[in-house]
Amino acid sequence: MRLSPLNQRRLRNFRSNRRAYWSLVIFGFLFGLSLFAELLANDKPILVSYRGDLRMPVFGFYSERDFGGDFPTEALYGTAEVQCLIVTGGMVDCFDEAETLIAGAAAGTIVSEDFHKGWMVWPIIPYAYDTIVNIPGVAPSAPSATNWLGTDDTKRDVLARVIYGFRLSVFFAIVVVSVSSIIGVLAGAVQGYFGGWVDLTFQRIIEIWSGIPSLYVIIIVFAILGRSFWLLAFLIILFGWPSLVGVVRAEFLRARNFEYVRAARALGVPDWRIMLRHVLPNAMVATVTLMPFLVTGAIGTLASLDFLGFGLPASAPSLGELTLQAKQNLQAPWLAFTAFFTFAIMLSLLVFIFEGVRDAFDPRKTFA
Amino acid sequence: MLDNPVKKPLVKVRDLKMHFPIYSGFFQRHTGNVKAVDGVSFDVFEGETLGLVGESGCGKSTCGRAVLRLYDITTGSIEIDGKEIGATPQADLRPIRPTMQMVFQDPQASLNPRMTVQSIIQEPLDEHTKLSQKEKQEKVWELMDAVGLNRRFAGRYPHAFSGGQRQRIGIARALALNPKFIVCDEPIAALDVSIQAQVVNLLEDLQEKYGLTYLFISHDLSMVRHIATRVAVMYLGKIVELAPREALYASPQHPYTEALLSAVPEPDPSLESRADRIILQGDVPSPSKPPKGCNFCTRCPKVMDICKETEPEFKEVKPGHFAACHLLDKS
Repeated sequence: MRLSPLNQRRLRNFRSNRRAYWSLVIFGFLFGLSLFAELLANDKPILVSYRGDLRMPVFGFYSERDFGGDFPTEALYGTAEVQCLIVTGGMVDCFDEAETLIAGAAAGTIVSEDFHKGWMVWPIIPYAYDTIVNIPGVAPSAPSATNWLGTDDTKRDVLARVIYGFRLSVFFAIVVVSVSSIIGVLAGAVQGYFGGWVDLTFQRIIEIWSGIPSLYVIIIVFAILGRSFWLLAFLIILFGWPSLVGVVRAEFLRARNFEYVRAARALGVPDWRIMLRHVLPNAMVATVTLMPFLVTGAIGTLASLDFLGFGLPASAPSLGELTLQAKQNLQAPWLAFTAFFTFAIMLSLLVFIFEGVRDAFDPRKTFA
Repeated sequence: MLDNPVKKPLVKVRDLKMHFPIYSGFFQRHTGNVKAVDGVSFDVFEGETLGLVGESGCGKSTCGRAVLRLYDITTGSIEIDGKEIGATPQADLRPIRPTMQMVFQDPQASLNPRMTVQSIIQEPLDEHTKLSQKEKQEKVWELMDAVGLNRRFAGRYPHAFSGGQRQRIGIARALALNPKFIVCDEPIAALDVSIQAQVVNLLEDLQEKYGLTYLFISHDLSMVRHIATRVAVMYLGKIVELAPREALYASPQHPYTEALLSAVPEPDPSLESRADRIILQGDVPSPSKPPKGCNFCTRCPKVMDICKETEPEFKEVKPGHFAACHLLDKS
């Protein structure tokens, strides 16, 4: 599809706003990376060669028995026994002297008929967000060579949790904002375009709806149905869509009396097509202006619910929960610093990006 | 009432009223009406141009829009091409829309700045025809030729055109569906004088070529004299005089028409100085509170007692010449 000159101009404007452009590049890179979180931070190896047989435990299920062990349950790749089974090709001695055999396999000193040299490729961070790290010491342990940002109060790797948590937060924001924007724009469009009684009735309904204390509803519904990501997203959308209605409604109220809208009506263009083709593009600018607040607001809502303990399930990788742990463990400042910088960088990048988008949409603003 | 044995009327408007409600007070009660158009009747004959003149705010544009049913009218009957559309719901008007089109006053505002000329002119075709994209393209080019726009400009946006060119785009859009009746709502008011003549001549050429019927709304009396077959004069929501062009300009019957005509600028300086201008006193009354009796009684230089009591009847004073004034009753 060819871009219209107007959109080309917007793209050019956005590109020439260096702060916004680079924020988008960095954010896109970070979010792109986090989409592959399973390959970046996982407690299963990406690729395993067992007796010359290539396996990808990240994607498939392999029991310990598949590697010559005893249990039919999923292999615990983090344990020395399983690692030994893999590198030696399933030698029985692994259950007694795993470390020696691993060292021997690496040095190539094992002479045995059962020995088939194997290898594993691990993700950069060999822990998933819910892996309990097996290291000695008190629970929030300080950053080290194995845990770059330390561990939290249940000995889970903070960096792994941040990567997964970042992805979850952004994904949550995208889902919530896109769905509630669509609903909000539609509702605002209908109200503004038709006006009169439709508008009046709808506005009163929205006023009542916005008056419902959403936090209580979330707590009550979670108590009945149990916590889950999609339920939370649904509830936030349910109470979040009116935020765009006002702006879109105002734009439609203004635009429905434009001469070219009248002209389209005189041509017999159906209402919905007038709304879509002639009025909506005007309302988009106002919508885009509000977007940064909605996105950062959605991330903030998720974080604050998690912080209060009313958000996602306790096992979910959540930045809000990290913040709560930081507050409870002031002796472990890496938690607080991690939470702070994650939020600060993520929200700043988003605000810079949307600021650039908004300026690019502004017809009066020109860039060199 | 306004029958003409020779020509057949394409548009018949009877007692058209367009009142806009006023809501005020704490409970937003309906406290009154702005009587923008208050009982207007006229015919437009096939192939003619009916000029509709009057000062700002007298309801000319509202009248034009109401005739095309861009508003839901208060009361009255509108018959276009034999079809009564006065009370038809908006949804059912769609199939009739191609017959009646409109050229708008401000060519800047009446074209969507986000659409190309091609898509603007093509929009009516998209809505009302089932032509293929290629046929539509051909038709758009044909229309652009007809209104004197270069075909190569089809991909450009309205901002790239001058006012006159934009008005041509608007005219091409109105012509796209081969309408019979076009309401020209002050199509030249926003243009330079040099361009006005071009656009008016274009409208005349198109009328001849396609057999169009115009309702030409304007406040420019000389331009109306040039283009119109018959002229209707409006004052405060009512037609005060309706006559063939020459008759109206030569012998205006209504005092308001007289005053209006005396305000036309005279290019000859020697005549200019001799012109006896009728200067009306006071302002136009609010259309929400029109005066009792004749609407013009507050400013009429020839006002009589009866004018403040009873509303004059709009009737034929000479063949084809209609006016609403008590002065004409006596003579």
